Amino acid sequence: MTVTEHIITIGVIALGTMLTRFLPFIVFPADKPTPKFITYLGKYLPPAIFGFLVIYCLKDVSLISGSYGLPELISIISVVLLHIWKRQMLLSIAGGTVIYMLLVQLVF
Amino acid sequence: MMKNKMKKSKSNSALFAAFPHTLPIMAGFLFLGMSYGIYMHSKGFSFLYPMLMSITVFAGSMEFAAVNLLLGAFDPLQAFLMTLMVNARHLFYGISLLDKYRGAGIKKLYLIFGLCDESFSINCSVTPPENVNKNKFMFFVTLLNQCYWVTGATLGGIFGNFIFFNTEGIEFVMTAMFVVIFLENWLKEKNHLSSLLGLFIPAFCLVLFGKNGYIIPAMLIIVATLILLKPYFTKREAKVKK
Repeated sequence: MTVTEHIITIGVIALGTMLTRFLPFIVFPADKPTPKFITYLGKYLPPAIFGFLVIYCLKDVSLISGSYGLPELISIISVVLLHIWKRQMLLSIAGGTVIYMLLVQLVF
Repeated sequence: MMKNKMKKSKSNSALFAAFPHTLPIMAGFLFLGMSYGIYMHSKGFSFLYPMLMSITVFAGSMEFAAVNLLLGAFDPLQAFLMTLMVNARHLFYGISLLDKYRGAGIKKLYLIFGLCDESFSINCSVTPPENVNKNKFMFFVTLLNQCYWVTGATLGGIFGNFIFFNTEGIEFVMTAMFVVIFLENWLKEKNHLSSLLGLFIPAFCLVLFGKNGYIIPAMLIIVATLILLKPYFTKREAKVKK
Protein backbone atom coordinates (compact mmCIF):
# COMPACT_ATOMS: atom_id res chain seq x y z
CA MET A 1 0.00 0.00 0.00
CA THR A 2 1.14 3.52 -0.73
CA VAL A 3 0.90 6.30 1.85
CA THR A 4 -2.17 7.67 0.05
CA GLU A 5 -3.82 4.27 0.29
CA HIS A 6 -2.92 4.14 3.99
CA ILE A 7 -4.55 7.50 4.52
CA ILE A 8 -7.69 6.44 2.63
CA THR A 9 -7.88 3.22 4.69
CA ILE A 10 -7.50 5.13 7.96
CA GLY A 11 -10.09 7.65 6.76
CA VAL A 12 -12.57 4.88 5.98
CA ILE A 13 -11.99 3.30 9.42
CA ALA A 14 -12.52 6.66 11.10
CA LEU A 15 -15.68 7.22 9.07
CA GLY A 16 -17.07 3.76 9.91
CA THR A 17 -16.33 4.28 13.61
CA MET A 18 -18.02 7.68 13.62
CA LEU A 19 -21.04 6.20 11.89
CA THR A 20 -21.48 3.71 14.74
CA ARG A 21 -21.15 6.54 17.27
CA PHE A 22 -23.32 9.18 15.63
CA LEU A 23 -26.08 7.03 14.14
CA PRO A 24 -28.34 6.76 17.23
CA PHE A 25 -28.15 10.53 17.76
CA ILE A 26 -28.96 11.19 14.09
CA VAL A 27 -31.86 8.74 13.98
CA PHE A 28 -33.31 10.02 17.28
CA PRO A 29 -32.58 13.78 17.32
CA ALA A 30 -32.85 15.64 20.63
CA ASP A 31 -35.51 18.09 19.42
CA LYS A 32 -37.99 15.33 18.53
CA PRO A 33 -39.59 13.00 21.06
CA THR A 34 -37.73 9.69 21.19
CA PRO A 35 -39.96 6.63 20.69
CA LYS A 36 -41.04 5.19 24.06
CA PHE A 37 -39.49 1.89 23.19
CA ILE A 38 -36.03 3.44 22.62
CA THR A 39 -36.30 5.39 25.90
CA TYR A 40 -37.12 2.10 27.60
CA LEU A 41 -34.03 0.46 26.09
CA GLY A 42 -31.90 3.48 27.02
CA LYS A 43 -32.95 2.96 30.62
CA TYR A 44 -32.55 -0.80 30.93
CA LEU A 45 -29.59 -1.42 28.60
CA PRO A 46 -26.76 0.16 30.68
CA PRO A 47 -26.63 -2.47 33.47
CA ALA A 48 -26.55 -5.19 30.81
CA ILE A 49 -23.77 -3.36 28.94
CA PHE A 50 -21.70 -3.09 32.12
CA GLY A 51 -21.94 -6.87 32.40
CA PHE A 52 -21.19 -7.24 28.71
CA LEU A 53 -17.99 -5.20 29.13
CA VAL A 54 -16.78 -7.44 31.96
CA ILE A 55 -17.19 -10.50 29.73
CA TYR A 56 -15.63 -8.57 26.83
CA CYS A 57 -12.45 -8.07 28.88
CA LEU A 58 -12.36 -11.79 29.67
CA LYS A 59 -12.92 -13.05 26.13
CA ASP A 60 -9.30 -14.18 25.69
CA VAL A 61 -9.24 -16.21 28.92
CA SER A 62 -9.28 -19.97 28.40
CA LEU A 63 -10.92 -22.12 31.04
CA ILE A 64 -9.61 -25.38 29.63
CA SER A 65 -5.92 -24.59 29.10
CA GLY A 66 -3.06 -22.46 30.45
CA SER A 67 -3.86 -21.29 33.96
CA TYR A 68 -7.59 -22.15 33.58
CA GLY A 69 -8.66 -18.58 34.22
CA LEU A 70 -7.57 -18.85 37.86
CA PRO A 71 -5.57 -15.58 38.04
CA GLU A 72 -8.58 -13.74 36.57
CA LEU A 73 -11.01 -15.44 38.96
CA ILE A 74 -8.89 -14.77 42.06
CA SER A 75 -8.28 -11.16 41.06
CA ILE A 76 -11.93 -10.46 40.28
CA ILE A 77 -12.96 -11.92 43.64
CA SER A 78 -10.35 -9.66 45.29
CA VAL A 79 -11.72 -6.63 43.45
CA VAL A 80 -15.27 -7.45 44.55
CA LEU A 81 -14.29 -8.06 48.20
CA LEU A 82 -12.09 -4.96 48.35
CA HIS A 83 -14.88 -2.89 46.87
CA ILE A 84 -17.57 -4.20 49.21
CA TRP A 85 -15.23 -3.67 52.15
CA LYS A 86 -13.93 -0.14 51.46
CA ARG A 87 -16.14 1.07 48.59
CA GLN A 88 -13.14 3.03 47.21
CA MET A 89 -13.13 2.70 43.45
CA LEU A 90 -9.42 3.41 42.91
CA LEU A 91 -8.33 1.15 45.75
CA SER A 92 -10.39 -1.77 44.42
CA ILE A 93 -9.03 -1.31 40.89
CA ALA A 94 -5.41 -0.81 41.90
CA GLY A 95 -5.53 -3.64 44.45
CA GLY A 96 -7.02 -6.09 41.99
CA THR A 97 -4.52 -5.15 39.29
CA VAL A 98 -1.52 -5.57 41.59
CA ILE A 99 -2.81 -8.96 42.71
CA TYR A 100 -3.30 -9.99 39.09
CA MET A 101 0.20 -8.83 38.10
CA LEU A 102 1.78 -10.71 41.00
CA LEU A 103 -0.20 -13.83 40.10
CA VAL A 104 0.71 -13.90 36.41
CA GLN A 105 4.32 -12.87 36.99
CA LEU A 106 5.20 -14.99 40.02
CA VAL A 107 2.67 -17.76 40.53
CA PHE A 108 1.23 -18.94 37.22
CA MET B 1 -14.79 40.08 33.54
CA MET B 2 -16.07 38.83 36.85
CA LYS B 3 -18.49 36.64 34.96
CA ASN B 4 -15.69 35.33 32.79
CA LYS B 5 -13.66 34.43 35.81
CA MET B 6 -16.55 32.58 37.38
CA LYS B 7 -17.10 30.70 34.18
CA LYS B 8 -13.48 29.69 34.16
CA SER B 9 -13.49 28.48 37.74
CA LYS B 10 -16.55 26.37 36.94
CA SER B 11 -14.67 24.76 34.06
CA ASN B 12 -11.79 24.03 36.39
CA SER B 13 -14.05 22.47 38.99
CA ALA B 14 -15.53 20.19 36.32
CA LEU B 15 -12.03 19.19 35.28
CA PHE B 16 -11.03 18.48 38.88
CA ALA B 17 -14.23 16.54 39.50
CA ALA B 18 -13.70 14.46 36.37
CA PHE B 19 -10.00 13.72 36.84
CA PRO B 20 -10.14 11.16 39.71
CA HIS B 21 -12.73 9.12 37.83
CA THR B 22 -10.35 8.85 34.88
CA LEU B 23 -7.29 7.72 36.89
CA PRO B 24 -7.76 3.98 36.27
CA ILE B 25 -8.23 4.78 32.61
CA MET B 26 -5.05 6.82 32.63
CA ALA B 27 -3.16 3.74 33.83
CA GLY B 28 -4.95 1.44 31.40
CA PHE B 29 -4.83 3.68 28.35
CA LEU B 30 -1.22 4.77 28.76
CA PHE B 31 -0.28 1.11 28.93
CA LEU B 32 -2.58 -0.19 26.20
CA GLY B 33 -1.90 2.84 24.01
CA MET B 34 1.82 2.24 24.37
CA SER B 35 1.41 -1.43 23.51
CA TYR B 36 -0.46 -0.36 20.42
CA GLY B 37 2.22 2.18 19.46
CA ILE B 38 4.97 -0.39 20.04
CA TYR B 39 3.07 -2.91 17.93
CA MET B 40 2.77 -0.44 15.04
CA HIS B 41 6.43 0.47 15.44
CA SER B 42 7.40 -3.21 15.23
CA LYS B 43 5.48 -3.46 11.95
CA GLY B 44 7.53 -0.62 10.54
CA PHE B 45 5.09 2.30 10.85
CA SER B 46 6.17 5.80 11.89
CA PHE B 47 4.78 7.10 15.22
CA LEU B 48 2.61 9.42 13.12
CA TYR B 49 0.37 6.43 12.30
CA PRO B 50 -0.62 5.45 15.86
CA MET B 51 -0.89 9.15 16.69
CA LEU B 52 -3.15 9.95 13.74
CA MET B 53 -5.29 6.87 14.30
CA SER B 54 -5.77 7.48 18.00
CA ILE B 55 -6.83 11.05 17.25
CA THR B 56 -9.23 10.26 14.40
CA VAL B 57 -10.48 6.73 15.10
CA PHE B 58 -10.08 6.46 18.90
CA ALA B 59 -11.43 2.91 19.20
CA GLY B 60 -8.75 0.64 20.65
CA SER B 61 -9.74 -2.78 19.35
CA MET B 62 -10.30 -1.42 15.83
CA GLU B 63 -6.94 0.35 15.86
CA PHE B 64 -5.22 -2.92 16.66
CA ALA B 65 -7.21 -4.68 13.93
CA ALA B 66 -6.34 -1.90 11.48
CA VAL B 67 -2.63 -2.76 11.62
CA ASN B 68 -3.27 -5.93 9.64
CA LEU B 69 -5.55 -4.11 7.22
CA LEU B 70 -2.80 -1.56 6.55
CA LEU B 71 -0.29 -4.35 5.94
CA GLY B 72 -2.60 -6.18 3.51
CA ALA B 73 -3.86 -5.28 0.05
CA PHE B 74 -5.74 -2.01 -0.42
CA ASP B 75 -9.42 -2.76 0.22
CA PRO B 76 -11.37 0.16 1.70
CA LEU B 77 -14.74 -1.62 1.50
CA GLN B 78 -13.48 -4.52 3.59
CA ALA B 79 -11.97 -2.04 6.05
CA PHE B 80 -15.29 -0.19 6.28
CA LEU B 81 -17.39 -3.33 6.85
CA MET B 82 -14.97 -4.70 9.40
CA THR B 83 -15.08 -1.38 11.28
CA LEU B 84 -18.88 -1.52 11.43
CA MET B 85 -18.77 -5.06 12.83
CA VAL B 86 -16.10 -4.38 15.45
CA ASN B 87 -17.66 -1.11 16.57
CA ALA B 88 -21.36 -2.00 16.38
CA ARG B 89 -21.52 -1.91 20.17
CA HIS B 90 -21.30 1.90 20.00
CA LEU B 91 -24.87 1.90 18.67
CA PHE B 92 -26.07 0.58 22.01
CA TYR B 93 -24.00 3.13 23.94
CA GLY B 94 -25.61 5.88 21.88
CA ILE B 95 -29.11 4.62 22.62
CA SER B 96 -28.30 4.52 26.34
CA LEU B 97 -26.92 8.06 26.30
CA LEU B 98 -29.55 9.80 24.15
CA ASP B 99 -31.06 11.38 27.22
CA LYS B 100 -27.85 12.18 29.10
CA TYR B 101 -26.22 13.92 26.16
CA ARG B 102 -29.36 15.90 25.35
CA GLY B 103 -28.81 19.61 25.86
CA ALA B 104 -25.00 19.43 25.90
CA GLY B 105 -24.90 21.95 23.03
CA ILE B 106 -21.78 22.07 20.92
CA LYS B 107 -19.96 19.80 23.39
CA LYS B 108 -22.31 17.03 22.33
CA LEU B 109 -20.43 16.66 19.05
CA TYR B 110 -17.21 15.85 20.87
CA LEU B 111 -18.99 13.70 23.48
CA ILE B 112 -20.28 11.51 20.63
CA PHE B 113 -17.00 11.62 18.69
CA GLY B 114 -15.05 10.41 21.73
CA LEU B 115 -17.58 7.82 22.93
CA CYS B 116 -15.42 4.83 23.90
CA ASP B 117 -16.22 1.92 26.27
CA GLU B 118 -14.58 3.66 29.20
CA SER B 119 -16.11 7.12 28.72
CA PHE B 120 -19.47 5.46 28.22
CA SER B 121 -19.19 3.62 31.53
CA ILE B 122 -18.17 6.70 33.51
CA ASN B 123 -20.62 9.11 31.91
CA CYS B 124 -23.40 6.59 32.26
CA SER B 125 -22.77 5.65 35.89
CA VAL B 126 -21.28 8.68 37.67
CA THR B 127 -23.37 11.59 38.92
CA PRO B 128 -21.09 14.64 39.20
CA PRO B 129 -21.19 16.75 42.41
CA GLU B 130 -24.02 19.30 42.53
CA ASN B 131 -21.91 22.42 42.00
CA VAL B 132 -20.35 20.97 38.86
CA ASN B 133 -21.81 21.41 35.38
CA LYS B 134 -22.80 17.95 34.20
CA ASN B 135 -22.03 18.58 30.53
CA LYS B 136 -18.58 19.95 31.30
CA PHE B 137 -17.90 17.00 33.57
CA MET B 138 -18.77 14.49 30.84
CA PHE B 139 -16.79 16.54 28.31
CA PHE B 140 -13.64 16.40 30.45
CA VAL B 141 -14.05 12.69 31.16
CA THR B 142 -14.13 12.08 27.40
CA LEU B 143 -11.30 14.49 26.62
CA LEU B 144 -8.96 13.24 29.37
CA ASN B 145 -9.50 9.65 28.26
CA GLN B 146 -8.65 10.45 24.68
CA CYS B 147 -5.56 12.41 25.76
CA TYR B 148 -4.28 9.38 27.67
CA TRP B 149 -4.79 7.13 24.67
CA VAL B 150 -3.16 9.50 22.18
CA THR B 151 -0.22 10.08 24.55
CA GLY B 152 0.30 6.36 25.09
CA ALA B 153 0.04 5.46 21.40
CA THR B 154 2.40 8.24 20.36
CA LEU B 155 4.99 7.44 23.03
CA GLY B 156 4.85 3.76 22.12
CA GLY B 157 5.30 4.64 18.48
CA ILE B 158 8.32 6.84 19.22
CA PHE B 159 10.14 4.68 21.74
CA GLY B 160 9.33 1.27 20.29
CA ASN B 161 10.51 -1.52 22.51
CA PHE B 162 11.75 0.61 25.34
CA ILE B 163 10.27 -1.03 28.44
CA PHE B 164 11.31 -0.09 31.94
CA PHE B 165 9.70 -2.70 34.21
CA ASN B 166 7.80 -5.94 33.99
CA THR B 167 4.36 -4.81 32.96
CA GLU B 168 2.88 -8.25 32.39
CA GLY B 169 -0.70 -8.26 33.58
CA ILE B 170 -1.15 -4.50 33.84
CA GLU B 171 -3.91 -4.68 31.22
CA PHE B 172 -6.08 -6.16 33.98
CA VAL B 173 -6.68 -2.58 35.15
CA MET B 174 -9.42 -2.31 32.52
CA THR B 175 -11.11 -5.54 33.64
CA ALA B 176 -10.92 -4.40 37.26
CA MET B 177 -12.48 -1.07 36.33
CA PHE B 178 -15.41 -2.65 34.50
CA VAL B 179 -15.93 -5.07 37.40
CA VAL B 180 -16.09 -2.13 39.82
CA ILE B 181 -18.49 -0.18 37.60
CA PHE B 182 -20.69 -3.26 37.28
CA LEU B 183 -20.58 -3.88 41.03
CA GLU B 184 -21.20 -0.23 41.94
CA ASN B 185 -24.32 -0.28 39.73
CA TRP B 186 -25.35 -3.64 41.20
CA LEU B 187 -25.18 -2.26 44.74
CA LYS B 188 -27.33 0.72 43.74
CA GLU B 189 -30.02 -0.97 41.63
CA LYS B 190 -33.14 -2.58 43.04
CA ASN B 191 -33.57 -5.20 40.33
CA HIS B 192 -30.61 -7.17 39.04
CA LEU B 193 -32.23 -8.78 36.04
CA SER B 194 -30.65 -6.55 33.39
CA SER B 195 -27.19 -6.87 35.02
CA LEU B 196 -27.52 -10.64 35.08
CA LEU B 197 -28.60 -10.76 31.44
CA GLY B 198 -25.53 -8.68 30.60
CA LEU B 199 -23.27 -11.28 32.21
CA PHE B 200 -24.92 -14.49 31.10
CA ILE B 201 -25.96 -13.76 27.53
CA PRO B 202 -22.46 -12.66 26.36
CA ALA B 203 -20.83 -15.52 28.31
CA PHE B 204 -23.19 -17.99 26.67
CA CYS B 205 -22.60 -16.47 23.20
CA LEU B 206 -18.86 -16.48 23.77
CA VAL B 207 -18.93 -20.24 24.37
CA LEU B 208 -21.28 -20.78 21.44
CA PHE B 209 -19.80 -18.48 18.77
CA GLY B 210 -16.20 -18.00 19.90
CA LYS B 211 -14.43 -14.72 20.65
CA ASN B 212 -14.40 -13.45 17.08
CA GLY B 213 -18.11 -13.67 16.42
CA TYR B 214 -19.95 -13.40 19.72
CA ILE B 215 -20.37 -9.64 20.12
CA ILE B 216 -23.16 -8.99 17.66
CA PRO B 217 -25.32 -12.02 18.56
CA ALA B 218 -24.82 -11.19 22.25
CA MET B 219 -25.94 -7.58 21.73
CA LEU B 220 -28.93 -8.62 19.65
CA ILE B 221 -30.05 -11.26 22.16
CA ILE B 222 -29.71 -8.76 25.02
CA VAL B 223 -31.88 -6.23 23.17
CA ALA B 224 -34.41 -8.88 22.13
CA THR B 225 -34.67 -10.18 25.69
CA LEU B 226 -35.13 -6.67 27.09
CA ILE B 227 -37.87 -6.04 24.53
CA LEU B 228 -39.61 -9.27 25.53
CA LEU B 229 -39.30 -8.27 29.20
CA LYS B 230 -40.72 -4.78 28.65
CA PRO B 231 -44.13 -5.65 30.18
CA TYR B 232 -42.36 -7.07 33.25
CA PHE B 233 -40.12 -4.03 33.76
CA THR B 234 -42.92 -1.54 33.10
CA LYS B 235 -45.14 -3.32 35.62
CA ARG B 236 -42.39 -3.30 38.23
CA GLU B 237 -41.75 0.35 37.66
CA ALA B 238 -45.42 1.18 38.15
CA LYS B 239 -45.40 -0.82 41.40
CA VAL B 240 -42.34 1.01 42.72
CA LYS B 241 -43.93 4.38 41.92
CA LYS B 242 -47.04 3.50 43.92
